[in-house]
Amino acid sequence: MIELALGMIAQVLRISVPYALAAIGGAFSERGGVINIALEGILLTGAFGAAAVTIATGNPWLGVIGGMLAGALLAGVHGLVTIWGRADQILSGLALNLLALGATRGGLKILYDSASNSDRFEGVPALGRPDSAFLSLLGQPLFLLAVAVTFGAHALLFRTRFGLALRAAGDGPRALDGTGLSVNLHRFGGVLLSGFFGGLAGTWLVMEQHSFTDGMSNGRGYIALAAMIVGKWRPLGAALACLLFGAAETLQIRVDSDVVPTQLLQALPYIVTLIVLAGWIGRAHPPLHLGEPYEREKGRS
Amino acid sequence: MTARRGTIGSGGDVAAGGTRGLGGLLRAGWVVGLAPAVLAIGGGLLLGGVLVSLLGVSPFEFYGVLAKGTVGSAFGWGQVLFRATPLVFTGLSVAFAFQARLFNIGAEGQMLLGGLVLAWVGASTGLPGAPLGVALALLAAAAMGGLWGAIPGLLKAKTGSHEVIVTILLNFVAFALVNYLLTRGLALPETVRTAEIQEGARLARLTEWFPLFRGAPVNAALFLACGAAVALQLWLRLSPHGLSLQLLGEGPGAARYAGLSVGRLTVLAMTGAGALAGLGGASFVLGYKYYFEEGFTGGAGFLGIAVALLARNRALWVVPSALFFGALSYGGFVVNRLVPRELLDVLQAVILLLFILFDQRLGRKRT
Repeated sequence: MIELALGMIAQVLRISVPYALAAIGGAFSERGGVINIALEGILLTGAFGAAAVTIATGNPWLGVIGGMLAGALLAGVHGLVTIWGRADQILSGLALNLLALGATRGGLKILYDSASNSDRFEGVPALGRPDSAFLSLLGQPLFLLAVAVTFGAHALLFRTRFGLALRAAGDGPRALDGTGLSVNLHRFGGVLLSGFFGGLAGTWLVMEQHSFTDGMSNGRGYIALAAMIVGKWRPLGAALACLLFGAAETLQIRVDSDVVPTQLLQALPYIVTLIVLAGWIGRAHPPLHLGEPYEREKGRS
Repeated sequence: MTARRGTIGSGGDVAAGGTRGLGGLLRAGWVVGLAPAVLAIGGGLLLGGVLVSLLGVSPFEFYGVLAKGTVGSAFGWGQVLFRATPLVFTGLSVAFAFQARLFNIGAEGQMLLGGLVLAWVGASTGLPGAPLGVALALLAAAAMGGLWGAIPGLLKAKTGSHEVIVTILLNFVAFALVNYLLTRGLALPETVRTAEIQEGARLARLTEWFPLFRGAPVNAALFLACGAAVALQLWLRLSPHGLSLQLLGEGPGAARYAGLSVGRLTVLAMTGAGALAGLGGASFVLGYKYYFEEGFTGGAGFLGIAVALLARNRALWVVPSALFFGALSYGGFVVNRLVPRELLDVLQAVILLLFILFDQRLGRKRT
């Protein structure tokens, strides 16, 4: 019985990891003032990068780095286009999602001559081989990394000077500018971090599955955005919301579809987020200057 | 997310740019409207040429094959027009909401639900014959899409929830809902498609009148789409509601000052947008396959955003813009023997990115 419960908890955690990492990424971007709908594409690009580097080098740790860099690359474009190019953040995000979907699909064909999946590969090796599902999760280096990242990210955002400056870039950019720190650079830093975290989320997916499959992000970037909102733009809050969403998805796999329609559980995260957004369970307040390019007052620069 | 106003391309700001000197002249009217699109398309095609060269294919051969296969034959045109038809509807949907500076990212879900309703009404027994049967199915689909679109409108009006995130979320709820309805009786056993619709709900293929389109799926839904574009343009120009929407687009302050109900207009804008997107399935369901199939939208809802953007949210311009994106969409299949067809998807995304960049640089003079 305990084993069953632990197995279930392990499954919830496993499913929640990519959501949580991506949601934390979203929080860094949006806290700085940049809406990041590109998260979906970042996840996908990260997954592809991790798979491609792992297959090419045979080293999954290089794959992890490759995945994070690939995510950061897409995020970097988003940052350049929206922060210095001052283009609309939502449109840039949507365009980059289209780009990521097309590019990874084309990449599959070019690199692996397949329309659906990459070659298979071994993921990051686990520490030890316990038979319990729960212990084997604890023995996974990537899982430990994800937990460390979750708490580290929260500390970075709320306990460091960089975190304070980043939040100021989203909440009161003029004040940040007044202290002599660059609003745009901090925003770009936040967006890049979202790329690293989102890329790591994609890396997790691909390492769990041991191959890249077409469109494997499968809306997770959008769910992550939803979790970020439910978690009120705080890394730990977002991670908690992801656990909730992960539990819903676990139920969807485990519960008999005649009792509760699987589609209802599938839609649950979105419905919960809609309710939170509507303000029926505690109000979610976005950063004050979210979505606006920063512009100095005339005669100051 | 906070309410953002005045950040996305629209002709409205152009007039405010003034007409000082050469720069002012260049910023006037037509040139401004077209320059970002021309630059973005040019830049995108240039980059596409570089990409295919990297893949070892001559760009001249690539574009030659692309042009010949899409607009070089009647069959190619038939395919392009078929792919452009839903894009006109979703493009109009996005453009309609944007009259009030509202952003409809929900066209994908609205179109999906509308498509299911088209098939459901179209297949119901006792449906009247030709023009009336089609009209009933379309009406029901528009109502379904409108209902789905009204939700983000109402949420925005009542609680201030941002329509972007709400429409994204509702897309996923729509996917789940459609999937549920299909598994609970609407789909034929062991498939993800519905039963065939009645004769009375079908739209004619264009081949019936123009035999040169032989084999191409383009059908009378194209005329409906173009008709909708013209009607919408007139409505926006002439009706008081259309003008009110545009006033709201100038900012809630302006609308309130004019004594308009911002909440009601917000709901109107999103409902209308949903209704238009709800009709997006007409071409596929009523005019091509005669049934609904899971995944039939093929991303047309999302591409509608690009279509509306390049058209600068003008109803009539949506038609050529949809044609362009329709050509690129079909173009993938044409060039597939040279390069992976996804290259064309990448190209669409690059053009979109370049457009929003150029639009920001050239389109407007701000503050």
